Parts: sequence; structure tokens; C-alpha cells
Amino acid sequence: MKTLSDTWSWLTTATHWSGPDGIWNRLGEHLYLTVVCLLISCLIALPVALVLGHLGKGGALAVNISNIGRAVPTFAVLVLLLLTPVGTYGQWSTIIALVLFAVPPLLTNAYVGMREVDRDVVRAARGMGMSGRQMLWNVELPLALPLILTGVRIAAVQLVATATLAALAGGGGLGRIITAGFNLASTPQVVAGAVLVAVFALLVESLFEAGQRIAPSRGREAA
Amino acid sequence: MTPRPRWNGRVTAPPDDCLARNEWICGAYLSSRREILWDAALQHLQLTALAVVIGLALAVPLALAARRLRWAAGPVLGLTTILYTIPSLAMFSLLLPVYGLSAALVVTGLVLYSLTLLVRNILAGLRAVPEETRQAARGMGYGPVRLLLAVELPLALPAAMAGLRIATVSAVSLVTVGAIVGYGGLGNLIYSGMNTYFKAQVLTASVLCVVIAVAADVLLLGAQRLLTPWTRRGGQ
Repeated sequence: MKTLSDTWSWLTTATHWSGPDGIWNRLGEHLYLTVVCLLISCLIALPVALVLGHLGKGGALAVNISNIGRAVPTFAVLVLLLLTPVGTYGQWSTIIALVLFAVPPLLTNAYVGMREVDRDVVRAARGMGMSGRQMLWNVELPLALPLILTGVRIAAVQLVATATLAALAGGGGLGRIITAGFNLASTPQVVAGAVLVAVFALLVESLFEAGQRIAPSRGREAA
Repeated sequence: MTPRPRWNGRVTAPPDDCLARNEWICGAYLSSRREILWDAALQHLQLTALAVVIGLALAVPLALAARRLRWAAGPVLGLTTILYTIPSLAMFSLLLPVYGLSAALVVTGLVLYSLTLLVRNILAGLRAVPEETRQAARGMGYGPVRLLLAVELPLALPAAMAGLRIATVSAVSLVTVGAIVGYGGLGNLIYSGMNTYFKAQVLTASVLCVVIAVAADVLLLGAQRLLTPWTRRGGQ
């Protein structure tokens, strides 16, 4: 119980919220890392997955890349990149590591979504004289959207988690509050940082879940 | 831990080997640090195995409860999903006041993660047992316990094993984060290697992590084949 009240008083101390090490700044860094890396990952993974899914090629790679991503420890990749020449360019090693772990779920889900589109619908579209591009944009993409969005949600949650770990390898973000707490041997600060990270992750998850609930219904209305 | 020759009081030229040059791949590292690597790998295996076994022991009853009691399914799945969303560093940190800097902290964190994957997959496997199969077993005079042990659980095994494989591979990878409290198996070597810029140590420990994950996955796949011979018969 003492830890709880200590954590509460740590969180409610005004000085812990301001300044370069403050919660607001760390939250901003975390949000920035998550959003930028999500955009980069989507720009890399989605075009590849959509084209591969449309052509029906490279399925083994698109599906297995998730399994490979799971076997490689995030922490190891963060440290490995930090020790390469990339690590000397500020945040780049963190950004690359984050993107590496966000791409697999995006790729796998978008590919599977494209392949699970009813083949009869695709054949009907071709019979109506649609070109490959029209089929991709007007038929397959809208029907694959729910699974694509699932991939985006998983990637976003993964990014929040990886960005937290990046603090161990010298990166910014809310994880820094936790690692600083460990260095100071301050359990209240460690727990306070963990609570902030957990709340942030759950907020991101529920935000994307809500977005997913809205998106497919709009697709159905248009159809 | 620094990859430097031992100081013996005399000024000698440092040996020009891969340790001195701090190369990524270094045979001398492997031969001189064999014991450290072995101890770290052993701790890695122990933490993973303990977490997965405890996770399995908790997940089976939870999945059965969620299957039997309709009202329990929602809360059980919801709670495990929330646990899975919490980032690993935060999860270990939240457990700090309870366990302190101990191996139990790491094991508990890993158990909480594996629960999600295991409960989901076991429940999916149980739900996929065809109602006709269940009725046939009941018609043959199977009681509820025998139905569960001899019909439902074996048929749920492929889905459960898939969950077990994912949970194990994830646990192997997540153990490394335990380095923050000093119980991270090979993660400890990665962490100290990072602080001393010791490239060979970081790369060797990372590769060993992946090797352990792949080996565990292949072993479990083999076990699954042995336990479910019927899935191999007659193709699909």
C-alpha cells in the first residue's frame, strides 16, 4: 500500500511533469516515435502486401515474416543497431528497430486480407471488364480493409511496446521514466512510469479498436 | 567484462586478435567466454521453461472455465487481452513492488503474457470440437470427465499446441527484457555488452536467443506430430 501512495505522490508532483525529463516531454517523444514509425511502416508494408496479395505471389514470405519477427528479441535488435554505425545518428537506430518490428504484422494481415477476398467477387469484377488496378482499388482493398486495419492496430501496439524498450538502449519516450527510476533505485518512479506506459498502450489499443469498428460499417454503407 | 588483455604491470603490445579489434564475429570470444555463455543460456532456458509450464497449468483450467461457464468467457478473454497489451518493460516494472529484483518477477511477467496466447488457443480448440462428435461420445455412455479427457482435449490439441509454440517463442524473446532486473538470461549479456560496446558479446548472445527460440519451436512441432498422429493420416 505504501508503494501505491508513493507512486501517487510521484505522479502528482508538478515538477515531474515539466522539463526535458518531465512526463509531458517523454509522452510527446513516445507519441512522435509511434506515429512517425507507424506511417513509415505502413508506407513500406502496405503497398508490398497489396501488390503481392493482388498477384497472389510471395505468400510464404508474407505469412512467415511474422513468425520470424517473433523469434528475434526486440531488445537484441535495438542494441545491435545501436552498436552499428547507424547508432551514431541520434534516433535513427531506434526508428529503424521500431519499423522492423511493425512491418511484419502489417504485411501478414494485409496479405491474408487480400487473399481472403471471395474469389467469386474477384472473378465477377474481372467479368465486368475491370482492369487489374480497378480491381485492386475498388474491389479487393475495400473488402480486405478489416484485416488491414487489424494489422495496423497490432503494429501500433507493438510500436508503443518497442518504443518503451528503446529507453533501455538510450532512446527517448516514456520508458525513460522507468529506466531512470531503476538507476535511482526509486520504486515509486519505476511504478509510475510503468502505469503511464500501460495506460498509453491501452489507450492506443482502444483508439484503434474504435476506429476499426467505424471503418468497415462505412464500407458496407457504400456498397 | 571489457575485451582487453589482462594488465600484468609491463607495457606490452596488445594482442591483435578479434577481441582487441572489437569485431562482431569472434571465435576467441566463444572459446574464452564459454562458461559465461553457458550460464546465461541455462538461465534463459530455466526462466522460459518455468514460465511456460506455469502458464500452461493456469491456462487449461481458465480455458475450461471459460468454455463451461458462459459468463466467464468475456472477462477471461478481456483480462488476458489487457495484460497482453501492456509493454514488457512496464509489466516487469509493475511487478517490482511485489517481487523486488528477483527471478520470480521475470517468470511472473512471462506467465501473464503466455496466458493470453494459451487461453485463446485452447478455447478456440475446444470450441472447434464438432457437436456431433460430442453427442456421439455421450451416446456411447461417456461421462463429462471422460468426454473431456478422451474426446475434447485431444481434439483441441492441435490448436492448443499452436498457441504453446507461439507462447514459447515469445517467452524466449521476452526473457531478454528481464536484464533490467538482472535476470534476463542471454539478455544480461546483451545489456552489459551494450554498456561496454562489446560487439561480439551482443551478437553472440542475440544469435543464441534466436537459436533457442527456433529449437524450442521445432521441438514442440515434433511433440505435436507425435501427440496427434491422426492429423497426419489422409492429408487434410
